[in-house]
Amino acid sequence: MSEDRIENKSRRSFVGAAAVAGIGVAALAPGLKLIEVAGAAQRAPGEPASSAVRWGMLIDTSKCASGCDACVKACALENGINETVTDARQGSQWIRKIDLKDPKTGQEHSLPMLCQHCEHPPCVDVCPTGASMKRADGIVLVDRHICIGCRYCMMACPYKARSLVHMPLTEQNPLVPRGQGCVEACTFCVHRVDRGQQPACVEACPEKAMLFGNLNDPNSEIAQRIAKEKTTQVRADLKLNLGVRYQGI
Amino acid sequence: MKRLLVGLAAVLLLAPTLAAAGTPLPQLKIENPGSCIAPVPEMRRNHMEMLKHTRDRTLRQGIRGEKASLNECINCHASKTTGSVLGPGGFCQECHAYAAVKPDCWDCHQPKAGNHQAVGVKP
Ligand code: SF4
Ligand code: SF4
Repeated sequence: MSEDRIENKSRRSFVGAAAVAGIGVAALAPGLKLIEVAGAAQRAPGEPASSAVRWGMLIDTSKCASGCDACVKACALENGINETVTDARQGSQWIRKIDLKDPKTGQEHSLPMLCQHCEHPPCVDVCPTGASMKRADGIVLVDRHICIGCRYCMMACPYKARSLVHMPLTEQNPLVPRGQGCVEACTFCVHRVDRGQQPACVEACPEKAMLFGNLNDPNSEIAQRIAKEKTTQVRADLKLNLGVRYQGI
Repeated sequence: MKRLLVGLAAVLLLAPTLAAAGTPLPQLKIENPGSCIAPVPEMRRNHMEMLKHTRDRTLRQGIRGEKASLNECINCHASKTTGSVLGPGGFCQECHAYAAVKPDCWDCHQPKAGNHQAVGVKP
């Protein structure tokens, strides 16, 4: 009996140790390594996204130049957002540049605004069909197969991050299916992220103002910068724990 | 959806009579014979189930590169002359028209060739 207990205890502590070691590289035997869970930027084909990863973005507004829209253009190119709309308010907008000015101090900022990939996304809460969803690795998406275009999520989103496709589309990028009657938003370029690449906007930014990475990995550049420097979640009072952080506002 | 099912049921009920009365059965040209992911009867009955489950796993769990893939359907089955699975005699359209089922996959998927060989738009 007592031996049993001892064995159980040691097994438990082994499991605990393995769980801790999972962040980083655990050597199981010489030459045999547990896959770096936290650094699992690229998954093996057939492997689902895991909550060991939380994708996030850090935007340094002090580097972001007013008037520059390289990220917006790169997003449109990557995701095939190229339709012309008669009413500008009906255009799809996954990322936009906004200019802020404090009327008292006159201080100005320019920054890209996109879906914040909330940990507790209101868009998902209100969606009546389950089309709005959050992947295990924190990327919030719309399942266009079941979206009915009711736009509840657009009203629920505090960041005006979503738009509806108002007209039939013809020139979609094969990797980014889009269609009329569905709501859409920034996907963090999920099709690129799944291949181990960066989102198109991050890659395109000439000032290197955007940083993409795994917030759960303490060794990632983004996690280290967020630990060291003061960053802001827009409307942090809503307690949505955003995947996108800003620095300098 | 209900209308679709009723329409489908009607077609299924009428199909034998119509066929007997001379409605031509779909004439499909298999562009790449013998290399599909499952035997023909299984593909005929279950391709929509395969695609549906793949799409859910890909979108919701991020599982990529599954066996059943819409892109691969097109790459293999698109007509060598038109480059499409739609249009008269098109691999998808021919059967779906016969069964009165509108395949609307192509409204969103594959309208541009990109790095694939073929497209899902009407030729
Ligand atoms: S920013 Fe808006 S669209 Fe994006 S996850 Fe949050 S609530 Fe949803
Ligand atoms: S528009 Fe689509 S994603 Fe948004 S709440 Fe309605 S069904 Fe859900």
